[in-house]
Amino acid sequence: MERGSKARKWAIDFGDGTSSREVADPPGYSRGASSEIEDASAARQKEKVEASWKQQKAWEIAQAPFRNLFMMGFMMWMAGNTVHLFSIGITFSALWQPISALQGIGKVFEPYKDARTDVLMPKLLFIAMNLVALGMGLWKLNSLGLLPTHASDWVSSLPPPQMVEFSGGVLSS
Amino acid sequence: MGSWRRWVLAPALLLVVLAACDAIYEDQVGLWDWHQEYIGKVTHAVFQTASGKKRVIVATEKSVVASLNLRSGEIFWRQVLEESEPIDGLQVALGKYAVSLSRGGSLRSFHLPDGSLIWETSLYTSPSPAQLFLLPSDDLLVLKQGIVYVVSSADGRLLWTADLLDERLAQTSLSFEGKNIYVAGFSGSSIALFRIDASTGAFTTLKTTEPLNPSSFVLSSGVFAALDTQGDIVTGLMEGEVVELQKTSLATLLDSPVSSAQLLPDKIPGGCVLSTDGGSIFVLGLDKKGVEVLQQIQGPAVVSNSIVLDGTFAQSFLQRVNSKEIRVRVLSGKEWIETAEETVEVDPNKGGVQKVFMNAYIKTDRSRGFRVLIVGQDHSLALLQQGKVVWSREEALASVVDTLTAELPLEKAGVSVAEVEHDLYEWLKGHVLRLKSTLMLATAEEQTALQALRLNNADKTKMTRDHNGFRKLIVVLTSSGKLFALHTGNGGIVWSRFIPELSTKGSLKLYPWRIPHKHVDENPVALVLGSSHDGTGFAAWVDMLTGSVQETLALPYSVKLALALPLVDSSERRLHLLIDDQNKAHLYPTSDESLSLFEKYMQNVYFYIADKGAGQIEGYNIKSQIDSGEEGGLVFLSQKIWSVLFPKDSETIAAITTRRADEMVHTQAKVLGNRDVWYKYLNKNMVFVATVTPQDSRVGAANPEETWLVAYLIDSVTGQILHRVSHAHAQGPVHAVFSENWVVYCYFNVRNHRHEMSVLEVYDKSADGKDVLQLMLGRYNASVPFSSFSPRNLEVKGQSYFFPSTVRTMSVTFTARGITGKQILVGTIGNQVIALDKRFLDPRRSADPTPMEREEGVIPLSEGLPVFPQSYLTHAARVEELRGIISVPARLESTCLVFAYGIDLFFTRTAPSRTYDSLTEDFSYALLLITIVVLVVAIAVSMVLSQRKELREKWK
Repeated sequence: MERGSKARKWAIDFGDGTSSREVADPPGYSRGASSEIEDASAARQKEKVEASWKQQKAWEIAQAPFRNLFMMGFMMWMAGNTVHLFSIGITFSALWQPISALQGIGKVFEPYKDARTDVLMPKLLFIAMNLVALGMGLWKLNSLGLLPTHASDWVSSLPPPQMVEFSGGVLSS
Repeated sequence: MGSWRRWVLAPALLLVVLAACDAIYEDQVGLWDWHQEYIGKVTHAVFQTASGKKRVIVATEKSVVASLNLRSGEIFWRQVLEESEPIDGLQVALGKYAVSLSRGGSLRSFHLPDGSLIWETSLYTSPSPAQLFLLPSDDLLVLKQGIVYVVSSADGRLLWTADLLDERLAQTSLSFEGKNIYVAGFSGSSIALFRIDASTGAFTTLKTTEPLNPSSFVLSSGVFAALDTQGDIVTGLMEGEVVELQKTSLATLLDSPVSSAQLLPDKIPGGCVLSTDGGSIFVLGLDKKGVEVLQQIQGPAVVSNSIVLDGTFAQSFLQRVNSKEIRVRVLSGKEWIETAEETVEVDPNKGGVQKVFMNAYIKTDRSRGFRVLIVGQDHSLALLQQGKVVWSREEALASVVDTLTAELPLEKAGVSVAEVEHDLYEWLKGHVLRLKSTLMLATAEEQTALQALRLNNADKTKMTRDHNGFRKLIVVLTSSGKLFALHTGNGGIVWSRFIPELSTKGSLKLYPWRIPHKHVDENPVALVLGSSHDGTGFAAWVDMLTGSVQETLALPYSVKLALALPLVDSSERRLHLLIDDQNKAHLYPTSDESLSLFEKYMQNVYFYIADKGAGQIEGYNIKSQIDSGEEGGLVFLSQKIWSVLFPKDSETIAAITTRRADEMVHTQAKVLGNRDVWYKYLNKNMVFVATVTPQDSRVGAANPEETWLVAYLIDSVTGQILHRVSHAHAQGPVHAVFSENWVVYCYFNVRNHRHEMSVLEVYDKSADGKDVLQLMLGRYNASVPFSSFSPRNLEVKGQSYFFPSTVRTMSVTFTARGITGKQILVGTIGNQVIALDKRFLDPRRSADPTPMEREEGVIPLSEGLPVFPQSYLTHAARVEELRGIISVPARLESTCLVFAYGIDLFFTRTAPSRTYDSLTEDFSYALLLITIVVLVVAIAVSMVLSQRKELREKWK
């Protein structure tokens, strides 16, 4: 707590790899030499690990909306079933999130897409999850009464009918 | 159990109440409402000019006793008495009390300066006409059918009565001479004469030397004069036991042959007035010696009361010279007073003079002057003095029978620059004042100036249409046959037109004949219909903007009913069907075009006639055209197609109500809180009929267990009874309003001794259960033309509530498109108008509404309907003898114009769901503008400042 509040006087970032590129390599140092040192089996091993890692990551991303669902459900429950600013905001974000996620589905899975990893199944799961989220959004919209699913939504401004007959009268005493 | 519920309900009810209130502030009185006070047609007048304020005390046909300012005609005070008891006499006693005699025998004394009631005496209870006289001793004498009552004018104590033992005595006449009171009257066809001692009431029945059967008679200063059937005038001095009669031939007296003559009942002490069929009027002098002609007047004349003038008596005589001028002459004794002869120019639009009251006064130059108060045929009251009309009052407006509204013409383009500049200046001044007032900087003078500016806004009384549709003309038809156009801005009379033919007709109605929509530059025309029981009618077509009569037509039949058909011809005249006594239908206008239009529509035209006496309703349709004979026109035969008979011994018709033909309804769907939809049954031909158990004429005979009110909903095309509901222990009178798909009616509950209001709402359940998909695809179209012959599955919901006030009349608000909620306008016995929200009369109210219903605005059930002080539309004003409430939609959907009439007129606006579509009248545009300007300037300044600061920061 105390530590965090102290401002740092100075810092050197060693992690920044790009800066080294600008400085010329020392003489006799060859970048390519290191890969040559590694044997083929190790390279294959690494590739395999990378592929499985990618596969795993893809599945993870595909399952990510699942965690969101609970969050969304809780928020919706909190918002209640009356139409006001809060509930409308939550409902529309619940609708917008899956839609935007589905729109950007290509980009989400791009880093993991190569010849070896199969992203089709994660993609399908991802779509399914988002559709579930969208469904929840729609259900919320309906429970707010904003979906035209009742007869009243279609006839509320129905004009009165024209009369065929005409009649008038009087009370005489 | 009950208490916690009350605690829950109270806040909910409060919320509803706060939403429903739209009362006005004190300084808003008179901004858009106006109130006019009238008194009615004057029947008696007594001048009171001796001391203090110059005033005239009048009594009117509307049972009003009033004191008017003699200089301006304004009302000092007025007292409205029971209208069913007309005022039979008015006198001023002891110089400080105005005493009125009502038909029911009530003698009331009002204090002259302020009109407060001093004493009241009830002499008898029979509703027979009587006369009121002031004795020379300043006591009051009431003569009623042979009974004489003498009452002390100081405290209303009965001094003595004399029963002349002749119940049949009719057309009595009375005069005083010294200590004696003389009474004469018809007893059967012969005449009876009496002499009464003024101090004790002892009376003597006088006999005549020979039996008399006169046609008319007068009593004057102890002398009796009668016209007998032989054309002789018989006079006699009423002294001793037997009256000696002297006969004089009329022909010799008048020096000309007379075929028939009549003695007028106008009182002239020591004389009488005789009118002959030749149109001449003779003033005769009566004394012990006999009869002599004092003066002769050619042509018809109106005679005033007589006043004492230098020991003799004087009367004025009014004669019409031409349509514009009236000649006033004063006769004193035998001679005309030369200086008093005047010719006065009067409004030819007032008809003839019906009554004259005269008063004498001393001019500034010490000479004698006369003023006369005249009552016109159009009920107007005017004071003539020194050859001109000093003031006049349009008292016909106290008896409005029907109204229409007319749109004013559109504003013409091209307004002068000066006008704009003036307007701009006024506008600016107003806003500056308003701003000052808002910021509490205004002084007291500025506040009053602002109030005056608000009240006399020039925009209010412009003769052009405004954007919101608040400026209109209210065309009112009065029972005198005079039409007025009142501007809704301030109630000013724009035009008035007296149609003499209408004044003799019993029932008068107004119909919108031509309301131009396409030809907007043409004037709207109203059709005025009058019909009387003698079988004749009269129709007049009146331009609603100018008041000019375009056409008149005497009808050889009396109009039982007029139907304004939903058809208009090419010049936008509405087709009207006039139903006569024989149920024949006459079509107007009588053109070939209207005939061809009507023939196409004929099989759809129905009408019904409800007969209260016969206890039935009969329905008719139009059968065929018949030859109209010599009268011409387009005449159709009708035939009876249905009838509804009510059992005569248990039900009589108390009220019939229909929907207004021009009512706008926005939608036929009613959406509930749970998003279900109910379809309103919007049948325009549905009629609400209420019947009550016939009243036993005996007092107190109504047994609460045996009185019923039965409410029917009847289709007036087919005669089908759509719904019937009965209320036990209910009694009339019944008042009802019918709007959209509901009826609200009000009656008296005998068992609970309270007034009740019930509501019936009718829903069409035949469209229920329609699939959403079908509706989406438009398969089901609920707006197909509606016919009464295709039966519907109806559901009627009803509920009853107690209402805390007695109802005089009921109406409902109408708005331009029918979107806004409804208010029921209730005219109460206190002569005020209450606006009651329709939501209180919702049959779905229950003791514990579901959250869905609460959300929808259903109010928890309570046994009584609430009346809040804020819901009085008339605020502090009272519309005396309130008879009708008219509501007219403004163009602004939220607002409805309300016009209430009785003896008084009242106009205001109401917004049943608040003014959701406009800013308030006193919204400060100037403040808004200034705020915007200040904000813009502040933004600009702070932008520059912040840029500078940023620059400084960067240089650091």
